Amino acid sequence: MTDTLTTKPDGTTDAARPGSRGVTITLARLRDFALVPPIIAIIVLGSILYPAFRTQATFTDLLSTMAWIALLVVAESLILITGRMDLSLESTVGLAPGIAAWLTLPTGINHGLHLVPGFWAVPIALAVGALVGLINGFLIVRLRINAFIVTLGMLITLRGVLTGISHGQTFFGLSGSQMYLGSASWFGLPASIWVVLIIFAVGIFVLAKTRVGRSLYAIGGNVDAARAAGIRTDRVVWTVLIIAGLLAALAGIIESGNLASVTSNLGSGRIFDVFAAAVIGGVSLNGGKGSLFGAFTGVLLLNLIFKVLTFAGVPNQWFDFLNGAVILVVLMGQRIVGGRTDV
Amino acid sequence: MSLPTAASTTGGTSRPPVVEAAGITKRFGATTALDGVGLRVEPGTIHALVGRNGAGKSTLVSILTGLQEPDAGSVEFSGQPAPPLADRTAWRSIVACVYQKSTIFPGLSVAENLYVNSQAPGRHLIRWRDLRAKSAELLATWDVDVDVRIRAEALTVEQRQLVEIARSLSKGARFIILDEPTARLDAAAVERLFARIRALQQQGVTFLYISHHLHEIFELCQDVTVYRDARHIVTAPIAELPHAELVAAMTGEKAAEATDPRPPAPGREAPVLSVANLTVAGACADVSFEVRPGEIVGLAGAGGSGKFAVANAIVGSRRPDGGTVQIAGERPRRRADVAYRLKAGVGFVPEDRHREGFIPDLSVAENVTMTVPQRLERNGVLSTRRRNEVAWQAIERLDIVPRRPEQAVADLSGGNQQKVVMARALANEPRLLVLMAPTAGVDIKSKQTLMNAAAEAARAHTGVLVVSDDLDDLRYCHRVVIMFRGHVTGELKGEWEDQQLVAAMEGIELTS
Ligand SMILES: Nc1ncnc2c1ncn2[C@@H]1O[C@H](COP(=O)(O)OP(=O)(O)OP(=O)(O)O)[C@@H](O)[C@H]1O
Ligand SMILES: [Mg+2]
Repeated sequence: MTDTLTTKPDGTTDAARPGSRGVTITLARLRDFALVPPIIAIIVLGSILYPAFRTQATFTDLLSTMAWIALLVVAESLILITGRMDLSLESTVGLAPGIAAWLTLPTGINHGLHLVPGFWAVPIALAVGALVGLINGFLIVRLRINAFIVTLGMLITLRGVLTGISHGQTFFGLSGSQMYLGSASWFGLPASIWVVLIIFAVGIFVLAKTRVGRSLYAIGGNVDAARAAGIRTDRVVWTVLIIAGLLAALAGIIESGNLASVTSNLGSGRIFDVFAAAVIGGVSLNGGKGSLFGAFTGVLLLNLIFKVLTFAGVPNQWFDFLNGAVILVVLMGQRIVGGRTDV
Repeated sequence: MSLPTAASTTGGTSRPPVVEAAGITKRFGATTALDGVGLRVEPGTIHALVGRNGAGKSTLVSILTGLQEPDAGSVEFSGQPAPPLADRTAWRSIVACVYQKSTIFPGLSVAENLYVNSQAPGRHLIRWRDLRAKSAELLATWDVDVDVRIRAEALTVEQRQLVEIARSLSKGARFIILDEPTARLDAAAVERLFARIRALQQQGVTFLYISHHLHEIFELCQDVTVYRDARHIVTAPIAELPHAELVAAMTGEKAAEATDPRPPAPGREAPVLSVANLTVAGACADVSFEVRPGEIVGLAGAGGSGKFAVANAIVGSRRPDGGTVQIAGERPRRRADVAYRLKAGVGFVPEDRHREGFIPDLSVAENVTMTVPQRLERNGVLSTRRRNEVAWQAIERLDIVPRRPEQAVADLSGGNQQKVVMARALANEPRLLVLMAPTAGVDIKSKQTLMNAAAEAARAHTGVLVVSDDLDDLRYCHRVVIMFRGHVTGELKGEWEDQQLVAAMEGIELTS
């Protein structure tokens, strides 16, 4: 528990001055990097056990399959840091591209409505995401209903809308614009990877270095004090919910493009993975703590473990069990080894 | 001085001390909170523990009540070694405590707060009617007039404090620790508390009493222990330690001569704050007064006077039901919120620092600069370097301990947290500074530091409104507006006697 400062006992006048800030590694920082050693360990282990693991293809594949989950993790982390939660993200992932497909696809076998041309697909999907965030915000911020129950309700409602418009069937033959992000490749890497990296980079920067970013921590840490400091807390929370909706829609566009279809259960049941990745990465469920870098290491770690398990030839039927078990084991490990008390 | 016979410290009684702690050391990371300190409290006495903010008093309390284990040292109660930390029942039978930080359960009813975990003694089912009757009776003895069925979060700060005190004193423990119980009580409530403590002392109950109000120590206690910078300085009968020496022991320097701390009287400029016919339903009615630049005005009153309602309406955290608040001649707006007021040039220290004052998990630097993000920005990007610079200015100006901008505010001592809140208020160089109970829980020297910072701001042309009933704070005011039961009942200007002020706050007509 000692930090690296060379401070004298309290009150002595020659305590550290600004100049000596250089090498202060705060506990908060350490917490962000907590998962880096296990990630390295797993990569090393995988490379030793399975030579095929070491290839670039493995990592490209890993990153592009986890791209959409990673975007959801960004969205959820922002909301968790602000002291709220959003379960409905997993339904938005399906609904946003679903509605886009429904409105743009031809009638008949594609059971679309063909109301607008294909290039509208992406704007429509994003608008749906923003609208979902807006509604969540109205219920949580304006009507002051608990975020858990609101978004649980939205989770079911939104999934129901998708099942309704698609008659429980799959939209396929998506327009080129809707397919683009999930299938294109930029500078030799799938575009989805670039999108994820850019969004994490922007997110990390905004959270650490801008006024709005810091206000999320203030609100999550103590909403009354944040208000007394002049932060318009309701407005910020509402904005965060809308941004999260947008990110979920983007995740949906990427994943539907990747699969070249929108199934009616796209994203269904994945919110647990999202929460788990964020929490393992150091984001507190109590609000006010955590970082996107940490959250990124969280998704990366969980997906790496799975990659290794796939290489080990674990049968599919056991994946759900392993998924849950791995998460619980990692959480226990953090509690015992790292002494985290807020997971 | 008539001590009960059991309390007699002379005559070689064979009773062991109620608590004897020796060689206690406790460290938190780089901070040493206690450095080999001792404490010995004789049975039946009221023993004062004093020291500046961060001296380690509350840390000792957490050790004496079994919340934390010392890194080194021993604790004995009446000659028996302290029970293991896990044995809460044993601890509870030995010692009761009112902690410095509220331990109220906001979501539970007042009745349940009073009897938490003992709602149905000896039975298995709770009889709510009995519980309520019992609670109402208990509160009646404290003159707390609230419905015991309401949730504790609806109580005022003072009522909450009283509920806590009533709870701990009702448990029947023979040794009671009070960590700054009077920091948020008005004079009348303090008197009631003292009467209660004395009555319990007559029955042989022993007290450890912590307060920054030294006159209370002289009024109430028999012995005093002084800590300074985590060390034990002295333990002596209070009669042998006059005021000046006590202060010297606490601060390590000679007490300065008292002088008039007020900055020069302000000129006749346009007021920076005009309150006209302000009404907040159920709290205050028809309040009007002004504050001019460079002027320090007190807004004083006992509990229930409505002074905090007025202040909250001024800073925009409570919506007035009538009347106007005008800052530096801006157009009066009814629906002005805090953000709007901050922009208009208001800085303030909120009434309840734990609820509104700071973000516990964030650093001192972040908390101090929370109201001034624009000063840290370049092209919309916050500069950590500038943040630390601003934080360092605050740390130096207000003498915040420990001197580490990156320290989380949650880990500061109570008084230092208050300094952080003050620093936050001063950071945006306000035109109007509204200080609500600014020195609650602050040690005598830091009190001066805080109020001098306010006076300094006044010299630099800020209008200051001190909302308090603390006579030491009000000494800094050019004039004091007095409120009683929601109305302005008078005003004191220039020179006044403390007696006059106290009488006025208690609702006795001013004769002048
Ligand atoms: N959990 C903690 N982590 C780190 N430092 C701590 C913690 N608790 C207390 N401290 C430090 O220990 C020192 C003693 O704190 P303590 O709360 O005991 O002071 P105090 O005498 O009660 O002061 P006050 O009069 O302001 O209440 C302070 O410097 C404080 O910052
Ligand atoms: Mg204390």
